[in-house]
Amino acid sequence: MLSREDKLKMYSTMLLIRRFEEKAEELYMAGKIWGTFHLYIGEEAVATGACFALRPDDYITSTHRGHGHCIAKGADVKKMMAELMGKATGYCYGLGGSMHIADLEGGNLGATGIVGSAIPIAVGAALACKLQKNGRVVLCFFGDGAANTGAFHEAVNMASVFKLPVVFLCENNQYAMSFPVHKAFAIPDIAERARGYGIPGVTVDGMDVLAVYEATKEAVERARSGLGPTLIEARTYRFKGHSKSDKGVYRTKEEVQMWMERCPIKRLRALLIEEGVPEEALREIEKKVEETIEEAVRFAEESPEPDLERARCMVYA
Amino acid sequence: MPEREVTYAEAIREALREEMRRDPSVFLIGEDIGVYGGAFGVTQGLLAEFGEERVIDTPISEAAIVGAAIGAALLGMRPVAEIMFFDFMTLCADQVVNQAAKIRFMFGGKAKVSIVVRSPAGSGTGAAGHHSGSLESWFTQIPGLKVVAPATPYDAKGLLKSAIRDDNPVIFMEHKLLYRTKGPVPEEEYTVPLGIGEVKRKGKDLTIVAYSIMVLRSLEAAEILAREGIEVEVVDPRTLRPLDEETILSSVRKTNRVLVVYEPPRFGAFGAEIAALISEKAFDYLDAPVVRLGGLEMPPPYNPHLERRIVPQVEDIVKAARELLRS
Repeated sequence: MLSREDKLKMYSTMLLIRRFEEKAEELYMAGKIWGTFHLYIGEEAVATGACFALRPDDYITSTHRGHGHCIAKGADVKKMMAELMGKATGYCYGLGGSMHIADLEGGNLGATGIVGSAIPIAVGAALACKLQKNGRVVLCFFGDGAANTGAFHEAVNMASVFKLPVVFLCENNQYAMSFPVHKAFAIPDIAERARGYGIPGVTVDGMDVLAVYEATKEAVERARSGLGPTLIEARTYRFKGHSKSDKGVYRTKEEVQMWMERCPIKRLRALLIEEGVPEEALREIEKKVEETIEEAVRFAEESPEPDLERARCMVYA
Repeated sequence: MPEREVTYAEAIREALREEMRRDPSVFLIGEDIGVYGGAFGVTQGLLAEFGEERVIDTPISEAAIVGAAIGAALLGMRPVAEIMFFDFMTLCADQVVNQAAKIRFMFGGKAKVSIVVRSPAGSGTGAAGHHSGSLESWFTQIPGLKVVAPATPYDAKGLLKSAIRDDNPVIFMEHKLLYRTKGPVPEEEYTVPLGIGEVKRKGKDLTIVAYSIMVLRSLEAAEILAREGIEVEVVDPRTLRPLDEETILSSVRKTNRVLVVYEPPRFGAFGAEIAALISEKAFDYLDAPVVRLGGLEMPPPYNPHLERRIVPQVEDIVKAARELLRS
């Protein structure tokens, strides 16, 4: 059973993800962040609920829409913000940017900009966990789009036949860029794919952090006990566009509105109040999150630019 | 005591066995590498010695094989992946090119992807278009990868041991026609460092730069030319990336004429890089333009007569060398 503290921590994490993204968007509009990035706003319950089911020494792999995964796994938002600004103090010395944040010490084996390509890597990490008998589990985040790549099929099958300690968590946010899941899949639930690989498949409400937590917890326990992988499909929605260049022509305002009403943060907040948490305690968390973000921006802005010669030395070990 | 001779395939197997015995983090992963012993028999006997945990037979899933190697390497393992034919590298190109090669850099120099991807390359077995590729030039172009192409059993063993111990992703190209060739390999432990070339034959009239099977053909050609009084120096870079520029350049400064011999189609392949290197850094020493002798612009044909003609043979090398000396 989750304690009140646990739920408050979840609330704080989800809020931190949300504010980080809102701030990143603001900085992008102000020209302080360039390139592009993919906002996770609306999907916070998935990363938060899933990572909450992990031990600190477990691993994750992430996607191009990875800020939420990093934060939920315990990343330092100062280093993340610095990375988004391309600074030397960023997680990747400003060389990876938004889509390639890794925090190996924190168990985040990295995000990838190629859809589906981290799935085999997660399987390899799980293989290493098995060979090293370290009792750890790998949680592999990917989107609905990735579930149609060859890498997904190869990797899930391999993990299943080898009974590896990995959890495949598909964040079905309804669109692979502009392509809706109902056109991309000939089956109603992505979780059904699990049957073809002989593993359990479950679909959960990705707007409900507690549901994601419960499903992941069960899958993590199964993985840790040597029974192999599980495929979890978390139904969620990104409130914003695919990336910063998205004009949003492929979905209706009504649809977006409908999902926004199901905001996972509002939902948990309402639940906490219903369970008797005083508003004051929540406002305290909200204030703290704001401060953390402001501090991250300050840190990133004051950080130095990376050096080309040092970057050159990073190509080879 | 006479020097021990083993085949190229045995030399590779010895390297794998010795490194697996030495370091428990080394394991093998690939298709049919277990009971079957690998499509070319390279991994025979290793399953019996090391068991299924360290000689991992996989489904036909090239992307997952290399991806799994990368993921395991991120946790400190040293996997050696086998891709059954070099042509199949296209199936795991994303994992090799976008993941293995870039991860360290993109993660700010913090990750190590110490994997070796071994793969048989080259034509000459009648396997036609999908099993005869020499795609090494695709990978030499990728910062973050090392590319090794040994020509002899001695080099194959010593370089593979170095590759396994290297903290970077290494593409290890094994020419199919070399597997059964024999050569001296000492009993005792040794390694050949990556990035160090070797003069395989000394000469003063002409330098031939060649790697992989073209070293053997160039040495044969040199033997023929020697009977005509032409002294050919054969330089084998052994590692294409990093490339030992100095061994090549010092030979050119001595002989003043260069023939670069390689198997992939002539246009845009790695041999062109060697030619460019010499033009840039040893132009003043050249008595004639650098000549490239590469493959024809054609996918490997099935017909044995045609297949033979698409890649440089001994007689082609002899002919090109004679022409170069006349110019």
